[in-house]
Amino acid sequence: MRDAASILPLTVEELTFEREGKRLLDRVTFTVKAGGVTAIIGPNGSGKSLTLRLCHGLMEPSAGSVRWGVGSGLMAGRKRHAMVFQRPVMLRRSARANLAHALAAVKAEGAGARVDLALRRFGLTELAERPARLLSGGEQQRLAIARAWSLQPEVLFLDEPSSQLDPGATRQIEEIIAGLAAEGMTIVMTTHDLGQARRLARRVIFLDRGRLIEDTDAAAFFAAPATREARAFIAGDLLW
Amino acid sequence: MDVASAFASALGLIAGLDPQFLQIVGLSLRVTLMAVLLAALIGVPLGAWLALSRFPGRPAVIVLVNALMGLPPVVAGLVVFLLLSRSGPLGGLGWLFTPTAMTIAQTLLVLPIVIALTRSTLEELWTEYREHLTSLGLSGARAVPTLIWDGRFALATGLLAGFGRASAEVGAVLIVGGNIAGHTRTMTTAIALETSKGDLPLALGLGIVLIALTLVINAAAFGASRIGARFAG
Amino acid sequence: MLSRRALFSVGFGLAFTGLAAAQQPQPAAPAQAAGRFITVSSTTSTTDSGLFNHLLPAFQRSTGIEARVVSQGTGQALDTGRRGDADVVFVHAKAQEERFVADGFGVERRPVMYNDFVLIGPRQDPAGVRGTRDIAAALQRIRERQSPFVSRGDRSGTHAAELALWQAADIRIDEAKGPWYREIGQGMGAALNTAGAMGAYVLSDRATWLNFRNRGDLEIVVEGDRRLFNQYGVILVNPARHAHVKREDGQRFVDWLTGPEGQRAIADYKINGEQLFFPNAGQPGA
Repeated sequence: MRDAASILPLTVEELTFEREGKRLLDRVTFTVKAGGVTAIIGPNGSGKSLTLRLCHGLMEPSAGSVRWGVGSGLMAGRKRHAMVFQRPVMLRRSARANLAHALAAVKAEGAGARVDLALRRFGLTELAERPARLLSGGEQQRLAIARAWSLQPEVLFLDEPSSQLDPGATRQIEEIIAGLAAEGMTIVMTTHDLGQARRLARRVIFLDRGRLIEDTDAAAFFAAPATREARAFIAGDLLW
Repeated sequence: MDVASAFASALGLIAGLDPQFLQIVGLSLRVTLMAVLLAALIGVPLGAWLALSRFPGRPAVIVLVNALMGLPPVVAGLVVFLLLSRSGPLGGLGWLFTPTAMTIAQTLLVLPIVIALTRSTLEELWTEYREHLTSLGLSGARAVPTLIWDGRFALATGLLAGFGRASAEVGAVLIVGGNIAGHTRTMTTAIALETSKGDLPLALGLGIVLIALTLVINAAAFGASRIGARFAG
Repeated sequence: MLSRRALFSVGFGLAFTGLAAAQQPQPAAPAQAAGRFITVSSTTSTTDSGLFNHLLPAFQRSTGIEARVVSQGTGQALDTGRRGDADVVFVHAKAQEERFVADGFGVERRPVMYNDFVLIGPRQDPAGVRGTRDIAAALQRIRERQSPFVSRGDRSGTHAAELALWQAADIRIDEAKGPWYREIGQGMGAALNTAGAMGAYVLSDRATWLNFRNRGDLEIVVEGDRRLFNQYGVILVNPARHAHVKREDGQRFVDWLTGPEGQRAIADYKINGEQLFFPNAGQPGA
């Protein structure tokens, strides 16, 4: 897909985050290799979104490290991974201008053509001139993914991509995610929707209260969770 | 007092296109627009900086700026007067009793409004946009152009409020301009003068013209922002 | 990129609006192009009476110099001269003017003209002073009856004259003043407006009174007393004190005003056929 060397694998080691004396993430360690969908699941407050933000470099860990294949440090591989937030951030401009703004921000080449491509690829051409903030929730999420996609990232972080959407829009987003994965994009997403994780993920990382409980193949996880916590979570029991 | 004759004299002023009257209107607009422009050029960057930076004493600075929005025009005028007087530190410039002095005084009045409104507008946008812009590598000063553009309608409203404050005030321009006929006489100082001469219909007529002008400018800006908002969301 | 370009265009748009407004032609101020001007600090009475509208164009025609007049109370006008913010002061309070010169702020005081003060009061004349020419007696009646009286209270020439008249009436106004005595700290026009609204007596120069439009119930109740005499003087601010003072052009204004041309122009200024100011530059001791 790109000439540059891969930024993968992503190596997360002993990742720890504390705020106001509370340990929100506790020595989490995992590795992400190229390809497929990795789902980070777990109950509310388990540290899913926090893990994504730390991986994306939006926050600095209190301890531990996030390292990319091209070197360590916060800025390593910076422009090669993108993130879509739980509530899509829509600039007060048209859908097209939202795409153009992101491409201008990273000084991408051939931005104009890239915008058109993204609009077509995600079925937004008709909506291109509409103010982004007046689009429906599903359309906004599609635009947010299109915007991230247009940056040509190797890794895409998705934070609860369908938590605010109705079933129809959710299905559409899941199809998009599956399509991106099929094209070879590496996807790391959080979700509280076990069905979604089951449908999309090849691998599951299960967090509970800031600690990594299980990191395993998705099929195996859903068939026979190894830990008591995971069994309870799948059964729908609250863990606290 | 005869309100009908006030309206008659207002109409007479407009219809007659009296050169002296046009000169007063032109000077008022020129001074005020220039003051708003200067306040925007200074205040928007300062407001942006205040919105995005974190330093000890920042809340105090915000409170101070908000309080200065209520700065009495006479005080602003007095400060500029003392600075520009021949016996003051900037007396050598010879700016006292000139339109330049009036522009400076009005800039001082508009500046806190622009800073405060820029600060609150951009801070709100920043809260909403922060993660996305940071993700794109736009943090700190690099985020400012995006924030200003997306806050442009709110900022324009702030500039209009500033325009209103500057064009309506009389205390500051009277002190630093001296209300010199044909040179530093504005709509408001002319109104004050005609009132003191007891020509209340003419004073009120001038007032009606001033309100009409302000109305036209506001309506134009409002219309422009409505049209803009439809396309920008 | 896009946003920055857009930002600039907004900035430039604003700048052009400002500059366009700044550069629009100013039909009524041809003199500004010439750029030759002096700043005169004078009193509200000379402006409010309309005298300057009559004198200044004549002066400019004759000399090519624009005189920019800042009108303030006499005390304030002298302060403006003291600070060097005017080239010439043109006021009416002889004692203060002489001190101004004695202190080195002015070059020389020259008498220009006089007009007179009149006591204005409500038509009903609550103090019953109409008919007398004796201003001191009138003030004593007002004080006895505690009839409302508006004082300028702004250190102006008129204010100084009023204080002198109370003294002439053997009244120490500082001690005698009560709720009836209202100091407003404003110009002559404002004082007349206030007196009209409160049904009060007020001391005014005749010129401002004649030019005043909002008379309502007010009329002249006392006039003609010698003590109501109001002398104007003109002083060039001392260039030795303030180097930037336009000595030559300022002196031309002084000379013109006290010369035959200016004196004639002063005598010519009339409202409804009534002469307001009486030139007396040649009168010794004025």
